[in-house]
Amino acid sequence: MEVSYFPGCTLKQTARNFEISAISSCKLLGLDLTELSRWNCCGTVYSLSTDDSMHHLAPIRNLIRVQEDGFKEVVTLCSMCYNTLKQANELMKKEPDRLKKMNDFMYREEDYIPDVEVYHLVTYIKERLGYEKVRELVKQPLTGLKVAVYYGCLLLRPDSIKLDDRENPMIMEDLLTALGAEIIDYPFSNECCGSYHTLGQKEIVLNRTNKLITEARRDGADVLVLSCPECDFNLDHRQKDTLEKYPNFQTMPVLYFTQLLNIALGGNLEDCGFELNYIDPLPVLREKGIIK
Amino acid sequence: MKIEIKNEEVRSEIIQRIEEISGENIYKCYQCGKCSAGCPSADEMDLLPNQVIRNLQIGKVDAVLNSRSIWVCATCYMCWIRCPRGVNLTSLFEACRLMTLRQNLDQVGLKEAIKESEEMDIPQIAIISLLRKLTS
Repeated sequence: MEVSYFPGCTLKQTARNFEISAISSCKLLGLDLTELSRWNCCGTVYSLSTDDSMHHLAPIRNLIRVQEDGFKEVVTLCSMCYNTLKQANELMKKEPDRLKKMNDFMYREEDYIPDVEVYHLVTYIKERLGYEKVRELVKQPLTGLKVAVYYGCLLLRPDSIKLDDRENPMIMEDLLTALGAEIIDYPFSNECCGSYHTLGQKEIVLNRTNKLITEARRDGADVLVLSCPECDFNLDHRQKDTLEKYPNFQTMPVLYFTQLLNIALGGNLEDCGFELNYIDPLPVLREKGIIK
Repeated sequence: MKIEIKNEEVRSEIIQRIEEISGENIYKCYQCGKCSAGCPSADEMDLLPNQVIRNLQIGKVDAVLNSRSIWVCATCYMCWIRCPRGVNLTSLFEACRLMTLRQNLDQVGLKEAIKESEEMDIPQIAIISLLRKLTS
Protein backbone atom coordinates (compact mmCIF):
# COMPACT_ATOMS: atom_id res chain seq x y z
CA MET A 1 0.00 0.00 0.00
CA GLU A 2 1.48 3.34 -1.08
CA VAL A 3 1.35 6.01 1.61
CA SER A 4 2.25 9.67 1.08
CA TYR A 5 4.93 10.61 3.58
CA PHE A 6 6.19 13.97 4.90
CA PRO A 7 9.62 13.55 6.57
CA GLY A 8 10.50 17.07 7.78
CA CYS A 9 14.03 18.45 8.16
CA THR A 10 15.20 16.73 11.31
CA LEU A 11 14.51 13.22 10.03
CA LYS A 12 16.92 13.92 7.20
CA GLN A 13 19.62 15.15 9.57
CA THR A 14 20.01 14.34 13.26
CA ALA A 15 17.11 11.88 13.46
CA ARG A 16 17.97 9.69 10.48
CA ASN A 17 17.57 6.68 12.76
CA PHE A 18 13.88 7.58 13.12
CA GLU A 19 13.35 7.75 9.37
CA ILE A 20 15.28 4.65 8.30
CA SER A 21 13.71 2.50 11.02
CA ALA A 22 10.25 3.75 10.04
CA ILE A 23 10.74 3.09 6.35
CA SER A 24 12.13 -0.38 7.06
CA SER A 25 9.40 -1.38 9.52
CA CYS A 26 6.64 0.01 7.29
CA LYS A 27 7.97 -2.10 4.43
CA LEU A 28 7.67 -5.16 6.68
CA LEU A 29 4.09 -4.11 7.46
CA GLY A 30 3.32 -3.80 3.76
CA LEU A 31 3.24 0.01 3.80
CA ASP A 32 5.34 1.81 1.23
CA LEU A 33 6.17 5.28 2.62
CA THR A 34 6.40 7.45 -0.48
CA GLU A 35 8.15 10.72 0.25
CA LEU A 36 6.41 13.79 -1.20
CA SER A 37 8.02 14.75 -4.50
CA ARG A 38 8.56 18.27 -3.10
CA TRP A 39 8.29 19.55 0.44
CA ASN A 40 9.52 22.34 2.70
CA CYS A 41 9.87 22.99 6.43
CA CYS A 42 6.53 22.49 8.21
CA GLY A 43 7.05 25.70 10.19
CA THR A 44 7.90 23.67 13.33
CA VAL A 45 5.58 25.54 15.68
CA TYR A 46 1.96 26.39 15.02
CA SER A 47 1.24 30.11 15.21
CA LEU A 48 -1.25 30.84 17.99
CA SER A 49 -2.11 34.42 17.17
CA THR A 50 -5.38 35.26 15.46
CA ASP A 51 -3.86 37.93 13.23
CA ASP A 52 -1.00 35.91 11.80
CA SER A 53 -1.54 34.00 8.57
CA MET A 54 2.03 34.23 7.35
CA HIS A 55 3.23 31.39 9.55
CA HIS A 56 0.54 29.03 8.27
CA LEU A 57 1.90 29.24 4.73
CA ALA A 58 4.64 26.65 5.29
CA PRO A 59 2.37 23.85 6.53
CA ILE A 60 -0.36 24.60 3.98
CA ARG A 61 2.13 24.67 1.12
CA ASN A 62 3.12 21.14 2.13
CA LEU A 63 -0.51 20.04 2.06
CA ILE A 64 -0.78 21.46 -1.47
CA ARG A 65 2.16 19.18 -2.35
CA VAL A 66 0.18 16.20 -1.04
CA GLN A 67 -2.69 17.26 -3.28
CA GLU A 68 -0.37 17.69 -6.28
CA ASP A 69 0.96 14.18 -5.78
CA GLY A 70 -2.60 12.89 -5.95
CA PHE A 71 -3.01 11.81 -2.33
CA LYS A 72 -5.76 12.48 0.17
CA GLU A 73 -3.72 11.47 3.20
CA VAL A 74 -0.25 12.25 4.45
CA VAL A 75 1.68 10.46 7.17
CA THR A 76 4.29 12.12 9.38
CA LEU A 77 6.58 10.79 12.08
CA CYS A 78 7.97 13.83 13.89
CA SER A 79 5.63 15.16 16.59
CA MET A 80 6.34 18.78 15.76
CA CYS A 81 5.61 18.30 12.06
CA TYR A 82 2.49 16.35 12.89
CA ASN A 83 1.18 19.00 15.26
CA THR A 84 1.92 21.95 12.98
CA LEU A 85 0.57 20.36 9.79
CA LYS A 86 -2.54 19.05 11.50
CA GLN A 87 -3.38 22.23 13.44
CA ALA A 88 -2.93 24.37 10.32
CA ASN A 89 -5.10 21.94 8.35
CA GLU A 90 -7.83 22.03 10.99
CA LEU A 91 -7.75 25.84 10.89
CA MET A 92 -8.23 25.82 7.11
CA LYS A 93 -11.21 23.46 7.44
CA LYS A 94 -12.77 25.70 10.07
CA GLU A 95 -12.11 29.13 8.58
CA PRO A 96 -12.91 29.45 4.86
CA ASP A 97 -12.02 33.16 4.87
CA ARG A 98 -8.56 32.40 6.13
CA LEU A 99 -8.20 29.63 3.54
CA LYS A 100 -9.15 32.04 0.77
CA LYS A 101 -6.59 34.54 2.00
CA MET A 102 -3.89 31.86 2.00
CA ASN A 103 -4.85 30.63 -1.46
CA ASP A 104 -4.86 34.20 -2.80
CA PHE A 105 -1.43 34.80 -1.34
CA MET A 106 -0.03 31.62 -2.90
CA TYR A 107 -1.59 32.46 -6.26
CA ARG A 108 1.08 30.56 -8.19
CA GLU A 109 0.14 27.34 -6.46
CA GLU A 110 -3.01 25.36 -7.12
CA ASP A 111 -5.72 26.18 -4.55
CA TYR A 112 -5.69 24.13 -1.39
CA ILE A 113 -8.91 22.22 -0.88
CA PRO A 114 -8.85 21.24 2.77
CA ASP A 115 -9.75 17.59 2.42
CA VAL A 116 -6.27 16.16 2.95
CA GLU A 117 -5.97 14.24 6.23
CA VAL A 118 -2.81 14.44 8.32
CA TYR A 119 -1.88 11.23 10.13
CA HIS A 120 0.77 10.26 12.58
CA LEU A 121 2.25 6.90 11.65
CA VAL A 122 1.06 5.20 14.83
CA THR A 123 -2.57 6.17 14.14
CA TYR A 124 -2.22 5.09 10.54
CA ILE A 125 -0.94 1.66 11.56
CA LYS A 126 -3.74 1.27 14.10
CA GLU A 127 -6.54 2.36 11.77
CA ARG A 128 -5.37 0.84 8.51
CA LEU A 129 -3.76 -2.40 9.63
CA GLY A 130 -4.91 -2.89 13.19
CA TYR A 131 -2.68 -4.12 15.97
CA GLU A 132 -3.88 -7.72 15.56
CA LYS A 133 -2.32 -7.78 12.11
CA VAL A 134 0.88 -6.26 13.54
CA ARG A 135 0.93 -8.97 16.21
CA GLU A 136 0.73 -11.65 13.51
CA LEU A 137 3.73 -10.14 11.72
CA VAL A 138 5.99 -10.11 14.79
CA LYS A 139 9.07 -12.30 14.29
CA GLN A 140 11.08 -11.30 17.34
CA PRO A 141 8.79 -10.48 20.27
CA LEU A 142 10.12 -7.87 22.70
CA THR A 143 9.52 -10.27 25.58
CA GLY A 144 10.83 -9.10 28.92
CA LEU A 145 11.58 -5.57 27.77
CA LYS A 146 10.04 -3.07 30.18
CA VAL A 147 9.04 0.03 28.29
CA ALA A 148 7.95 3.48 29.49
CA VAL A 149 6.12 5.34 26.73
CA TYR A 150 6.67 9.07 26.46
CA TYR A 151 4.30 11.08 24.25
CA GLY A 152 5.35 14.58 25.26
CA CYS A 153 3.02 17.42 24.32
CA LEU A 154 2.48 17.62 20.61
CA LEU A 155 0.86 14.27 19.90
CA LEU A 156 -1.83 14.84 22.52
CA ARG A 157 -2.53 18.54 22.67
CA PRO A 158 -4.50 20.55 21.79
CA ASP A 159 -7.75 18.59 21.44
CA SER A 160 -8.08 19.19 17.70
CA ILE A 161 -5.04 17.02 16.95
CA LYS A 162 -4.87 14.48 19.77
CA LEU A 163 -3.94 10.91 18.84
CA ASP A 164 -5.69 9.46 21.83
CA ASP A 165 -7.00 10.37 25.28
CA ARG A 166 -4.82 13.31 26.29
CA GLU A 167 -4.47 12.31 29.96
CA ASN A 168 -4.34 8.54 29.62
CA PRO A 169 -3.19 7.71 26.11
CA MET A 170 -2.79 4.02 25.21
CA ILE A 171 -2.26 4.03 21.44
CA MET A 172 1.53 3.63 21.62
CA GLU A 173 1.33 1.26 24.61
CA ASP A 174 -1.09 -0.99 22.71
CA LEU A 175 1.27 -1.13 19.72
CA LEU A 176 4.22 -2.06 21.95
CA THR A 177 2.11 -4.65 23.76
CA ALA A 178 1.33 -6.21 20.38
CA LEU A 179 5.10 -6.37 19.84
CA GLY A 180 5.45 -8.31 23.08
CA ALA A 181 6.89 -5.59 25.30
CA GLU A 182 5.88 -5.11 28.90
CA ILE A 183 4.41 -1.65 29.50
CA ILE A 184 5.33 0.25 32.63
CA ASP A 185 2.84 2.62 34.20
CA TYR A 186 4.61 5.94 33.67
CA PRO A 187 2.93 9.04 35.10
CA PHE A 188 5.00 11.58 33.15
CA SER A 189 4.15 10.27 29.70
CA ASN A 190 2.40 13.50 28.66
CA GLU A 191 4.72 16.03 30.35
CA CYS A 192 6.86 18.54 28.45
CA CYS A 193 10.59 17.85 27.89
CA GLY A 194 11.50 21.56 27.81
CA SER A 195 11.56 21.63 24.01
CA TYR A 196 13.60 24.43 22.39
CA HIS A 197 14.91 25.66 25.73
CA THR A 198 17.62 23.08 25.14
CA LEU A 199 19.27 26.00 23.35
CA GLY A 200 19.71 29.06 25.52
CA GLN A 201 18.08 27.84 28.75
CA LYS A 202 19.59 24.37 28.91
CA GLU A 203 19.17 24.17 32.70
CA ILE A 204 15.40 23.86 32.26
CA VAL A 205 15.88 20.80 30.06
CA LEU A 206 18.45 19.20 32.36
CA ASN A 207 16.07 19.44 35.31
CA ARG A 208 13.31 17.98 33.18
CA THR A 209 15.47 15.13 31.84
CA ASN A 210 16.59 14.28 35.36
CA LYS A 211 12.98 14.17 36.54
CA LEU A 212 11.56 12.25 33.57
CA ILE A 213 14.29 9.62 33.27
CA THR A 214 14.65 9.13 37.03
CA GLU A 215 10.91 8.50 37.32
CA ALA A 216 11.02 5.97 34.47
CA ARG A 217 13.89 4.20 36.31
CA ARG A 218 11.96 4.21 39.56
CA ASP A 219 8.95 2.73 37.79
CA GLY A 220 11.14 -0.13 36.59
CA ALA A 221 11.52 0.71 32.90
CA ASP A 222 14.48 -0.59 30.88
CA VAL A 223 13.99 1.90 28.07
CA LEU A 224 11.96 4.99 27.24
CA VAL A 225 10.17 5.05 23.90
CA LEU A 226 9.06 8.19 22.05
CA SER A 227 8.22 9.73 18.69
CA CYS A 228 9.75 13.20 18.62
CA PRO A 229 13.31 14.17 17.59
CA GLU A 230 13.17 17.19 19.92
CA CYS A 231 12.17 15.08 22.95
CA ASP A 232 14.71 12.50 21.85
CA PHE A 233 17.51 15.04 21.86
CA ASN A 234 16.52 16.36 25.28
CA LEU A 235 15.90 13.01 26.91
CA ASP A 236 18.71 11.02 25.26
CA HIS A 237 21.59 13.28 24.19
CA ARG A 238 21.11 15.68 27.08
CA GLN A 239 21.67 12.82 29.53
CA LYS A 240 25.37 13.62 29.15
CA ASP A 241 24.91 17.12 30.64
CA THR A 242 22.31 15.84 33.10
CA LEU A 243 24.87 13.42 34.51
CA GLU A 244 27.34 16.28 34.94
CA LYS A 245 24.74 18.32 36.81
CA TYR A 246 23.31 15.44 38.86
CA PRO A 247 26.13 12.96 39.65
CA ASN A 248 23.69 10.35 40.99
CA PHE A 249 21.63 10.40 37.81
CA GLN A 250 21.23 6.97 36.21
CA THR A 251 21.15 6.93 32.43
CA MET A 252 18.57 5.06 30.36
CA PRO A 253 18.40 4.20 26.66
CA VAL A 254 15.80 6.21 24.73
CA LEU A 255 14.44 4.81 21.47
CA TYR A 256 12.07 5.79 18.72
CA PHE A 257 9.05 3.48 18.65
CA THR A 258 9.95 2.60 15.05
CA GLN A 259 13.32 1.23 16.15
CA LEU A 260 11.60 -1.34 18.37
CA LEU A 261 8.99 -1.97 15.68
CA ASN A 262 11.72 -2.74 13.17
CA ILE A 263 13.43 -5.22 15.51
CA ALA A 264 10.17 -6.92 16.42
CA LEU A 265 9.19 -7.33 12.77
CA GLY A 266 12.53 -8.98 12.02
CA GLY A 267 14.09 -6.01 10.20
CA ASN A 268 17.83 -5.52 9.86
CA LEU A 269 19.65 -4.07 12.83
CA GLU A 270 21.42 -1.62 10.50
CA ASP A 271 18.01 -0.17 9.66
CA CYS A 272 17.56 0.87 13.30
CA GLY A 273 20.43 3.37 13.08
CA PHE A 274 21.36 2.78 16.73
CA GLU A 275 24.69 4.55 16.18
CA LEU A 276 22.73 7.82 16.41
CA ASN A 277 21.30 7.01 19.85
CA TYR A 278 23.42 8.60 22.56
CA ILE A 279 22.82 6.03 25.32
CA ASP A 280 23.50 2.71 23.60
CA PRO A 281 20.36 0.52 23.73
CA LEU A 282 22.16 -2.59 22.44
CA PRO A 283 23.35 -3.93 25.83
CA VAL A 284 19.82 -4.05 27.31
CA LEU A 285 18.36 -5.51 24.09
CA ARG A 286 21.08 -8.20 24.14
CA GLU A 287 20.55 -8.89 27.81
CA LYS A 288 16.85 -9.54 27.14
CA GLY A 289 17.74 -11.83 24.26
CA ILE A 290 15.91 -9.61 21.77
CA ILE A 291 18.98 -9.17 19.57
CA LYS A 292 22.10 -11.32 19.27
CA MET B 1 1.16 42.73 49.61
CA LYS B 2 -0.97 45.78 48.86
CA ILE B 3 -1.93 46.17 45.21
CA GLU B 4 -3.67 49.26 43.94
CA ILE B 5 -6.08 48.56 41.14
CA LYS B 6 -6.34 51.56 38.85
CA ASN B 7 -9.31 52.17 36.65
CA GLU B 8 -7.21 53.38 33.75
CA GLU B 9 -5.06 50.24 33.82
CA VAL B 10 -7.89 47.71 33.78
CA ARG B 11 -8.88 46.84 30.21
CA SER B 12 -6.13 49.15 28.93
CA GLU B 13 -5.47 49.30 25.23
CA ILE B 14 -2.56 46.88 25.48
CA ILE B 15 -4.63 44.33 27.41
CA GLN B 16 -7.38 44.55 24.82
CA ARG B 17 -4.74 43.98 22.17
CA ILE B 18 -3.53 40.87 24.02
CA GLU B 19 -7.11 39.58 24.10
CA GLU B 20 -7.51 40.31 20.41
CA ILE B 21 -4.29 38.59 19.33
CA SER B 22 -4.96 35.54 21.50
CA GLY B 23 -8.66 35.43 20.69
CA GLU B 24 -9.33 34.86 24.39
CA ASN B 25 -11.47 36.57 27.02
CA ILE B 26 -9.38 36.97 30.17
CA TYR B 27 -12.46 37.39 32.37
CA LYS B 28 -13.54 33.81 31.78
CA CYS B 29 -10.90 32.72 34.32
CA TYR B 30 -12.15 32.25 37.90
CA GLN B 31 -8.73 31.51 39.40
CA CYS B 32 -9.05 27.85 40.28
CA GLY B 33 -5.32 27.35 39.68
CA LYS B 34 -5.52 24.15 37.66
CA CYS B 35 -3.26 25.70 35.01
CA SER B 36 -0.50 26.31 37.56
CA ALA B 37 -0.97 22.87 39.11
CA GLY B 38 -0.43 21.15 35.77
CA CYS B 39 2.17 23.45 34.24
CA PRO B 40 5.47 21.53 33.93
CA SER B 41 7.35 24.83 33.82
CA ALA B 42 5.78 26.35 36.95
CA ASP B 43 8.96 25.65 38.95
CA GLU B 44 10.94 27.94 36.69
CA MET B 45 8.40 30.78 36.65
CA ASP B 46 8.33 33.99 38.67
CA LEU B 47 4.58 34.43 38.06
CA LEU B 48 2.49 31.26 38.02
CA PRO B 49 0.17 30.85 35.02
CA ASN B 50 -2.93 31.72 37.09
CA GLN B 51 -1.10 34.81 38.39
CA VAL B 52 -0.31 35.85 34.83
CA ILE B 53 -3.99 35.90 33.92
CA ARG B 54 -4.95 37.48 37.27
CA ASN B 55 -2.50 40.31 36.64
CA LEU B 56 -4.05 40.86 33.22
CA GLN B 57 -7.54 40.93 34.75
CA ILE B 58 -6.57 43.66 37.22
CA GLY B 59 -4.62 45.70 34.69
CA LYS B 60 -1.08 44.90 35.81
CA VAL B 61 0.20 44.24 32.30
CA ASP B 62 3.77 45.39 32.97
CA ALA B 63 4.20 42.72 35.64
CA VAL B 64 3.29 40.15 33.00
CA LEU B 65 5.32 41.54 30.12
CA ASN B 66 8.39 41.93 32.36
CA SER B 67 8.03 38.45 33.84
CA ARG B 68 10.33 35.53 33.13
CA SER B 69 7.28 33.27 32.93
CA ILE B 70 6.14 34.22 29.45
CA TRP B 71 9.58 33.27 28.06
CA VAL B 72 9.82 30.04 30.06
CA CYS B 73 6.53 28.71 28.67
CA ALA B 74 7.34 26.32 25.83
CA THR B 75 3.74 26.03 24.57
CA CYS B 76 2.98 22.53 25.84
CA TYR B 77 -0.79 23.33 25.94
CA MET B 78 -1.31 21.66 29.35
CA CYS B 79 -2.89 24.80 30.94
CA TRP B 80 -5.42 25.14 28.15
CA ILE B 81 -6.57 21.53 28.02
CA ARG B 82 -6.97 21.27 31.79
CA CYS B 83 -8.81 24.59 32.24
CA PRO B 84 -12.38 23.91 33.38
CA ARG B 85 -13.43 27.19 31.74
CA GLY B 86 -11.61 26.39 28.50
CA VAL B 87 -9.43 29.48 28.74
CA ASN B 88 -6.72 29.29 26.11
CA LEU B 89 -3.91 30.45 28.34
CA THR B 90 -1.40 29.02 25.85
CA SER B 91 -2.47 31.63 23.29
CA LEU B 92 -2.51 34.36 25.95
CA PHE B 93 1.13 33.60 26.74
CA GLU B 94 1.92 33.72 23.02
CA ALA B 95 0.16 37.09 22.69
CA CYS B 96 2.16 38.45 25.65
CA ARG B 97 5.41 37.35 23.99
CA LEU B 98 4.32 38.95 20.73
CA MET B 99 3.70 42.30 22.45
CA THR B 100 7.46 42.44 23.03
CA LEU B 101 8.65 40.64 19.89
CA ARG B 102 6.60 42.86 17.61
CA GLN B 103 8.59 45.83 18.85
CA ASN B 104 11.58 44.15 17.25
CA LEU B 105 12.97 43.13 20.64
CA ASP B 106 14.35 39.68 19.92
CA GLN B 107 15.09 37.55 22.95
CA VAL B 108 17.82 35.54 21.32
CA GLY B 109 20.31 36.03 18.46
CA LEU B 110 20.87 33.59 15.64
CA LYS B 111 24.57 33.23 16.47
CA GLU B 112 23.81 32.60 20.10
CA ALA B 113 21.12 30.09 19.16
CA ILE B 114 23.31 27.98 16.93
CA LYS B 115 26.56 28.34 18.90
CA GLU B 116 26.24 24.87 20.37
CA SER B 117 25.24 23.32 17.04
CA GLU B 118 28.89 23.25 16.09
CA GLU B 119 29.73 20.93 18.96
CA MET B 120 26.57 18.84 19.12
CA ASP B 121 24.06 17.56 16.64
CA ILE B 122 21.27 19.89 17.67
CA PRO B 123 18.03 18.91 15.91
CA GLN B 124 16.90 21.41 13.29
CA ILE B 125 13.47 21.68 14.90
CA ALA B 126 15.10 22.97 18.11
CA ILE B 127 16.84 25.81 16.29
CA ILE B 128 13.81 26.76 14.20
CA SER B 129 11.31 26.61 17.04
CA LEU B 130 13.58 28.67 19.30
CA LEU B 131 13.86 31.37 16.65
CA ARG B 132 10.14 31.22 15.88
CA LYS B 133 9.23 31.66 19.54
CA LEU B 134 11.88 34.12 20.69
CA THR B 135 12.48 36.38 17.70
CA SER B 136 10.17 38.52 15.60
